[in-house]
Amino acid sequence: MYVAVKGGERAIENAHRLLANARRGDQSVAEVSLDQISEQLGLAVDRVMSEGSLYDRELAALAIKQARGDLIEAIFLVRAFRATLPRFGASEPVDTGAMRVQRRVSSTFKDIPGGQILGPTFDYTHRLLDPSLSQGFVPEVPAVAEASTAPTPRVTDILGRDGLIETSPQAEDGASVGDLTREPLNFPADRDLRLQNLARGDEGFLLAMGYSTQRGYGRNHPFAGEIRFGEVEVEFAAEDVGFAVPLGSIELTECQMVNQFKGSATEAPCFTRGYGLAFGQSERKTMSMALVDRALRARELGEEVGAPAQDEEFVLSHSDNVQATGFVEHLKLPHYVDFQSELGLLRKLRKEFAEASTEADASDAMKEAAE
Amino acid sequence: MDSVTQHNTQQAQRQAAMAVLAHAEAGEIAARLRNVPLPGHQDLREPESGLVMLRGRVGGDGAPFNLGEATVSRAAVRLASGEVGFGYTLGRDGEKARLIALCDALVQSRDFAAAVEREIVAPLREQLMVKRSREAEETAATKVDFYTMVRGEG
Repeated sequence: MYVAVKGGERAIENAHRLLANARRGDQSVAEVSLDQISEQLGLAVDRVMSEGSLYDRELAALAIKQARGDLIEAIFLVRAFRATLPRFGASEPVDTGAMRVQRRVSSTFKDIPGGQILGPTFDYTHRLLDPSLSQGFVPEVPAVAEASTAPTPRVTDILGRDGLIETSPQAEDGASVGDLTREPLNFPADRDLRLQNLARGDEGFLLAMGYSTQRGYGRNHPFAGEIRFGEVEVEFAAEDVGFAVPLGSIELTECQMVNQFKGSATEAPCFTRGYGLAFGQSERKTMSMALVDRALRARELGEEVGAPAQDEEFVLSHSDNVQATGFVEHLKLPHYVDFQSELGLLRKLRKEFAEASTEADASDAMKEAAE
Repeated sequence: MDSVTQHNTQQAQRQAAMAVLAHAEAGEIAARLRNVPLPGHQDLREPESGLVMLRGRVGGDGAPFNLGEATVSRAAVRLASGEVGFGYTLGRDGEKARLIALCDALVQSRDFAAAVEREIVAPLREQLMVKRSREAEETAATKVDFYTMVRGEG
């Protein structure tokens, strides 16, 4: 029998009103604007765009504001929003080699063509809290130097010239690109689907998985071949226009991980690779992604598969924080009927247990009496 | 000039104009459009917003994969003389897409192409170049100059 439970509406409505007030906080304090979030909490915006899987700074900033700074809630809001818009199609693949680089470092070669460019980074800061930032801080104007016109080839392209590193797998003619927003993920999943999953996967989860490979659970000896951050142009082959239309530019971070060799009787040994790519300046995310991408290639590369980070089904099924939070957090929703049935079952079991004990006692007593 | 070359040249001009306009703000394009006496025109497709799936490549240069979507706006405008222009841009600014479409239609018009280049595209391109070279100079200042320490000198 179903029992309709009513009476929550008023409480829910009032709870949401209270939430709106809690979100706003002390109203004598100035309200934060979307521009302020986008400009001054830029890395939070980048993360929400990456894991929300939607490049739109303004929407990500709105989501962060609405979610009171809860980034997973913000990611959830962005994912829900994207479901409301029609899709015009897919862009031409972006060319990260032609990136207008704002940061580019390699831990494998000191003297890379184009140089080591630090850009805006937390690296080499002392991680001491800076009280001068608490109010009215005006930064010094950035230093300038003559800009180089030298190209900044990917480090993997340089290694590739001598055959020291494996080449990237190329698409077969006419092969379609897998899209897990259109079709549910099946296992084993191809590399395109794995990378799509990791690109929108939770940074904390990927960080932990990547870290686990470094600590020995699926070790693959990584070097950060290159990390680059900057702007790339996006083009869209619009059918109505008849040619590739420039849409503007987006910011991306790319990580090329260079890993331990593979080789065989017929192939000379060479370095292997893991790849990371994400919206905005998302360095930790792309490094973790590249480590996990490489770990997930264990089977393909004939390595022993045993560690969690090498288990495709485990990693890809648990990387999505919107799915994960949905399932974990649904536990707090009313389960009264489920729980009532569990309670009924438990009472029955306890009754049976009690009856069995009584019978056992009785039979013991009989035995004693007989002896 | 044969018709194929002419077509390619015009396509290159349109792409070049779009590449600049996509980086400008709607307000900037609108302000500069006021310097061009506009012919009659109408919306062929009302501005609309949607999504484009952005693709990367495995390893940067391999097979394509789906990275994530971006919001994109588009519109189409037709001049009274028949030229049809298209406007596409990242973001949800439909008015900007409409302005780009209008400029694209004008670029294809013998009578307006030069004025659009002179009054709108060229100044916006210059502005974009100045911004980019400033950024490139700031970036260049963070380039590491390695030098070798020599021990036991002198």
